[in-house]
Amino acid sequence: MATQNRPLSPHLQVYRLPLTALMSITHRMTGIGLTLGTLLLAWWISAAAYGQAEYEQVQAFLVSWIGLILLLGFSFALFFHLCNGIRHLFWDFGNYFELHETRRADICVLIGAAALTAATWFMVL
Amino acid sequence: MPTDSHSLRSALGRARGLGSAKEGTHHWWLQRVTAIALVPLTMWLVASIVALSGFGHEAFVVWFGRPLNATLIILFLGVSFHHAQLGMQVVIEDYVSHHGWRTTLNLLVKFACYGLATLSIVSILTIAFGA
Repeated sequence: MATQNRPLSPHLQVYRLPLTALMSITHRMTGIGLTLGTLLLAWWISAAAYGQAEYEQVQAFLVSWIGLILLLGFSFALFFHLCNGIRHLFWDFGNYFELHETRRADICVLIGAAALTAATWFMVL
Repeated sequence: MPTDSHSLRSALGRARGLGSAKEGTHHWWLQRVTAIALVPLTMWLVASIVALSGFGHEAFVVWFGRPLNATLIILFLGVSFHHAQLGMQVVIEDYVSHHGWRTTLNLLVKFACYGLATLSIVSILTIAFGA
């Protein structure tokens, strides 16, 4: 097609994404991450069904430093996707589209996700 | 898709079959239904995992072996894997332009999601029925 090489608008290389747009793409990225993270969840649950030895193998991996980093990322991704998902539901019903409202929701989502992650780890550790 | 003006096909003939499949809202709506259901289910599961974190295999088996807890985690698993494959489909359709790759990836993601969902649910049932 002749129109294939037209530049896109807004041109992503020179356009500084506003926070709301960054959070929108982060919502997708955390969604992909959480989908990959279900491998860990399925491994944990199925190991529990296989028996104590298999379960303890998974537990040993989860408390290793790589396991803990994965869990930390997993938990923040989960809470970000949860909080931002609730904001998306408000958008779906046609609310909070004004610039100052999206800005306020951005902050609420970020604080909410960070607070829930911190509270979870505070209770675990 | 050929767009050259020398085609003998009529404009209507070229356009036919390329429009809406009339089911876009179904996908969109299910994504929202599963999202709403996942809010309380996720909070419950995270609380359960936090409560189990200090204990071993026995605590897992006792907790998720109870009928209500088994029901809630099976609901979480079914709904979350469904939500995951719905979301991944949108991402794949947005970014993978090659038709063959798009279809292949979509199939792989759907097979993986429903496979993992079934494995997890069967595992919980195995524990709940004490096998």
